[in-house]
Amino acid sequence: MSQAGQSWGRYPDAKQSIIAISDRHHGLPATAETILPYGNGRSYGDSCLNDGGVLLHTSHLDRFIRLDVATGVLDCEAGALFSEILDLIVPQGWFLPVTPGTKFVSVGGAIANDVHGKNHHRAGTFGRHVLELELLRSDGSRRVCSATQYPEWFAATIGGLGLTGLITRASIQLRRIASPWMSTEVHRFDDLAGFFQLSESSDRDYEYTVAWIDCAAKGRALGRGLFTRADHAPACPDRRPSAPARHLRVPFVPPISLINPFTLRAFNALYYHRQRQPIVRATTHYEPQFYPLDGIRDWNRIYGPRGFMQYQCVVPPTAAEDCIVRLARIIGSAGGGSFLAVLKQFGALPSPGMLSFPRAGATLALDFPNNGNRTLRLLNELDDVVAASGGAVYPAKDARMSGHRFRQYFPAWESFSQFIDPRFSSSFWRRVME
Amino acid sequence: MLRVLIIGATSAIAEATARCYAARGARIFLVARDTTRLIDIAEDLRIRGATNVDHAMLDVNNQPAHAGVLEQAWQKLGGIDVALIAHGTLPDQSACESSVETALAEFATNGTSTIALLTALAPGMEAQGRGVLAIISSVAGDRGRQSNYLYGAAKAAVSTFASGLRQRLAKAGVSVVTIKPGFVDTPMTRNFRKGALWAKPDAVARGIVRAADRGSSVVYLPWFWLPIMLVIKHIPEFIFKRIKL
Ligand SMILES: Cc1cc2nc3c(=O)[nH]c(=O)nc-3n(C[C@H](O)[C@H](O)[C@H](O)COP(=O)(O)OP(=O)(O)OC[C@H]3O[C@@H](n4cnc5c(N)ncnc54)[C@H](O)[C@@H]3O)c2cc1C
Ligand SMILES: NC(=O)c1ccc[n+]([C@@H]2O[C@H](COP(=O)([O-])OP(=O)(O)OC[C@H]3O[C@@H](n4cnc5c(N)ncnc54)[C@H](OP(=O)(O)O)[C@@H]3O)[C@@H](O)[C@H]2O)c1
Repeated sequence: MSQAGQSWGRYPDAKQSIIAISDRHHGLPATAETILPYGNGRSYGDSCLNDGGVLLHTSHLDRFIRLDVATGVLDCEAGALFSEILDLIVPQGWFLPVTPGTKFVSVGGAIANDVHGKNHHRAGTFGRHVLELELLRSDGSRRVCSATQYPEWFAATIGGLGLTGLITRASIQLRRIASPWMSTEVHRFDDLAGFFQLSESSDRDYEYTVAWIDCAAKGRALGRGLFTRADHAPACPDRRPSAPARHLRVPFVPPISLINPFTLRAFNALYYHRQRQPIVRATTHYEPQFYPLDGIRDWNRIYGPRGFMQYQCVVPPTAAEDCIVRLARIIGSAGGGSFLAVLKQFGALPSPGMLSFPRAGATLALDFPNNGNRTLRLLNELDDVVAASGGAVYPAKDARMSGHRFRQYFPAWESFSQFIDPRFSSSFWRRVME
Repeated sequence: MLRVLIIGATSAIAEATARCYAARGARIFLVARDTTRLIDIAEDLRIRGATNVDHAMLDVNNQPAHAGVLEQAWQKLGGIDVALIAHGTLPDQSACESSVETALAEFATNGTSTIALLTALAPGMEAQGRGVLAIISSVAGDRGRQSNYLYGAAKAAVSTFASGLRQRLAKAGVSVVTIKPGFVDTPMTRNFRKGALWAKPDAVARGIVRAADRGSSVVYLPWFWLPIMLVIKHIPEFIFKRIKL
């Protein structure tokens, strides 16, 4: 039965049938339409949608298979969520090697987008910590892939956008921690040059770094923001891990977007001025540090019925500062601005996937209420800058880049194509192959 | 340490419930008909903190095999604090209308087998003088509706049986908990369009554990099905006949 489905950006709309997978030993279901694995729908655009086809839901495929508490190797089914994994491993002194800004992603989704976190400069992408994975194809074949076994399938599946087959299980190398606490420092900076200086000095000494920038500010304040750097804290016996606070929820979709130029400017200014001192140090639980947005369930509803678009790009290190200034100017002059603008420098560790997005340079993530053609035009303008610099745009957050741009950003697409399962497809892939 | 028996352990709701008990360090005995999946689930529960997990294979319609499997469970667990009966199917109502055989087979899976298992479990619980028998029935058992009255009738049989058993076992200090979930997003309901009334298995599982902890009698999960079913139960037949449900 066909059901309306949406990704996290609530744009675009797609209709597809849903088939739940709950047994990793079974083959793939026979269907007339094309199929696409679906993790937890935390991609923003259409890479987790398959309009007119079938989605293989993996939420019941979420069992732990093995946890070696001595070596920190976790083997689990692909639908297991990072949130569940954290609940299991943190009390045993382990942490995820890499995590995105929400813990509600599945292992399969994290591999298929080769996700990155605030420690990219140290740890690279999630795919680098995948020891092996099992790939199930529609011809019934199963391959246990790793850097040494079927390495070409491994490279195609990491960052493979769910197109190479169903990942049934994966084995991940976790990272040791001494406590669930984080030592954090938040620095205020006045402009983009300030960001790059802080980033330069912090990336050497801190495991996690990221900045928020005020994208509504203009003129001299352009690019002002707050830079956070953090490390896992040593054990502190006097502090007991507290149960996370009760969650808030956006209970319904408001008739219009609550994010508009006025609320946006106000929010950004308030957020920037929230911190009066140039530096604030704290010890916090890892949850608010890594997953500030997870505290408000269904926050994506605030953009109203038309949804919103994320835009995340990376620009090469040499052109970084100049490019980010130009992007910020374009956004500023479009008047819309972005509610959340996140800026970080990726390190030089290579990503293992053929289509992995992360590469050395500065990455900027923005979100925009969907104002139809106005938004599309703005994002195309941003693409011009990114493409000219030799950068790329993140498919996990994209609902609109042109096929031309995609192929420019990901020149490996052609060699990747031969690994696509003939019965697999996605709205995203059809769009960028047009 | 809590000792938990789960029949129909490969059900999504049962598995989610087992995880809650595993997190408490329970000893668990799993019963279902698919051994491969049982092995996977058992391993998962161990990793999640269960002190010990054993399992046995059983097709609940194979009644002669019940006694042996239950005996094994009593032995392995050394007593039962919570027994959860969770297996079930969602019959194709129109198939049940055109085939007596199908109708009776579905009634056996969803009704008779559960009554048989409860009957076999009761004496041990009574003798033990404590513990909880939790049975997953359904809101569908509250009133027969044309869209699935075979299933509804089997669940009604289970609910009514449980109510009598509850009276009987109360004297012995044993609680009989009837669980009535509404719509739950599980493999059983894979072909349904999901809307606002749908619950996730882990939310229902938490409700089951809470009800078992308290020794509640009848619980609707989520709670809002209580008022909904109250209304549905009280629609007079002359109107009910004319509506589509
Ligand atoms: C608040 C928020 C913050 C975020 N922050 C970051 C960030 O910091 N860094 C970052 O990299 N990303 C970030 N993201 C994006 C998110 O991490 C990715 O989109 C992630 O892939 C989503 O995982 P999912 O399980 O929801 O997968 P889905 O969105 O459901 O699917 C993503 C892709 O994975 C494929 N897939 C899923 N399961 C399988 C499987 N078993 N086998 C094969 N393919 C599969 C799908 O086909 C699809 O192509 C963020 C998203 C949100 C909402
Ligand atoms: N989902 C809902 O909306 C809903 C609503 C109200 C009540 N319920 C009840 O909740 C309980 C759990 O169902 P669920 O939603 O979790 O669905 P489910 O995941 O499909 O579980 C049903 C389970 O019953 C097992 N089973 C069926 N026939 C069996 C047999 N002859 N012998 C042994 N095991 C058998 C199945 O085993 P296999 O996997 O081997 O087939 C499966 O594990 C059921 O009693 C159901 O009636 C569900």
